[in-house]
Amino acid sequence: MKSPDFEYVKPSSMAQALSLLDEHRDDAQILAGGQSLLAMMNLRMSWPKLLIDITGLAALRSIEEDSSCVRIGALITHHQVRTHRLVALSVPLLSQAAAHVAHLAIRHVGTIGGSMALADPAAEYPAVSLALGATVVLASTRGERRVRATDFFLGMYKTALMPGEIITAIEFPKATAQERFFFAELSRRRGDYAMVGLAMSAKVNQGFIEKGQLAYFAVQDQAVLAVKTMESLLGPISSTVSPETFQTLRVELSAKGDLQANAQTKNHLAGVLLSRALKSLGSSS
Amino acid sequence: MSEAMMHVHFQVNEEVVDQEIKVRRHLVDFLREDLGLTGSHLGCEHGVCGACQVLIDGVLVRGCLSLAVAAHGKIVQTIEGLTEDGSLKQLQAAFLKHNAFQCGFCSSGMLLSALTIVKDYPQATREEIRELISGNYCRCTGYQSIVDAIESVLQENANNSLG
Repeated sequence: MKSPDFEYVKPSSMAQALSLLDEHRDDAQILAGGQSLLAMMNLRMSWPKLLIDITGLAALRSIEEDSSCVRIGALITHHQVRTHRLVALSVPLLSQAAAHVAHLAIRHVGTIGGSMALADPAAEYPAVSLALGATVVLASTRGERRVRATDFFLGMYKTALMPGEIITAIEFPKATAQERFFFAELSRRRGDYAMVGLAMSAKVNQGFIEKGQLAYFAVQDQAVLAVKTMESLLGPISSTVSPETFQTLRVELSAKGDLQANAQTKNHLAGVLLSRALKSLGSSS
Repeated sequence: MSEAMMHVHFQVNEEVVDQEIKVRRHLVDFLREDLGLTGSHLGCEHGVCGACQVLIDGVLVRGCLSLAVAAHGKIVQTIEGLTEDGSLKQLQAAFLKHNAFQCGFCSSGMLLSALTIVKDYPQATREEIRELISGNYCRCTGYQSIVDAIESVLQENANNSLG
């Protein structure tokens, strides 16, 4: 199918983009990579009157670091996330996740800001941002504000973005020497929507898991932290998951079925990924 | 109500495009309908099948998820241009030899993925080739022959570079 008619504008400055968005509000959509938006428009699931193409804003295209975090501009593509040396070194979980985002041609164009703004329940970055405690940087004509990932995702395709706001960057804390990470996703075909996925961070000290986060995606309306399950894993690393922990996970996730897999399958596969995560922790520490 | 139009200027293969085009036109519709370049195929029109792939500024993209107006100031290369300039010669010969063309619908998109693999992932293993073409649907060959063809080109190039 073809997209309905719309107007298109490509601002050359952030101020111009924000003022256009402020003026048109709900009638406008931000176009970054467009790898979901244009598909949704072709399917007539989305029908903005105006597309504001922000790909000309070079300021959103940088990857920077300070002593504690890596700041990734909203227009950085999945391919760049995957191949950037600093990301691989300091935010390895994100780098691993990017390999699972869609397919080659889409990774060349789709952006991290776009994926975060869309908040698809099966998307990788929202889960990574929860597991790492990332911060989303937003801008509007009223100025800049920062929202923690845990407060940013509000439901299926729902975020804390207010009318007139755009994502400018995402800040990820740098990995420390004691942290271990695990990312895995099960899908019918590589690059397809996940049946279930897991992003894990864990602080490991001499064979003990001191703290960590388990962020599951494609199980609920949004990526979720399995906090109780994580608590039950604290202590000495065990190579197997206890039946009690599996039960805690099942209750805590209570997965919802979708086109990819039913709830029972998802709950089961979430346990499979947890087992793999623990095995990888055991072998890496 | 008349459709929104915009004046754009960009290059398609060796030709310069300098005209008013419909804003809502995606790039492949523009190539096919306005320029008569029907080598890029339209399958799903939502980024799943890969038949519509083209290169923009040398980068492999989905044509159906690119707006023609967004190509302003850029260079678009299609299967036609890349065939004419010889970029695909080696891959096309390998596809023929390994019977990786069948109905041909996916071939233009598949060849462009293959070209990107040859250029950017020259050391890809068979498993990696499979992952790298996972965004291209083929409903005829079962993929084996396509993977064989791409693998053979990578091996050929590796042998040549060893001298």
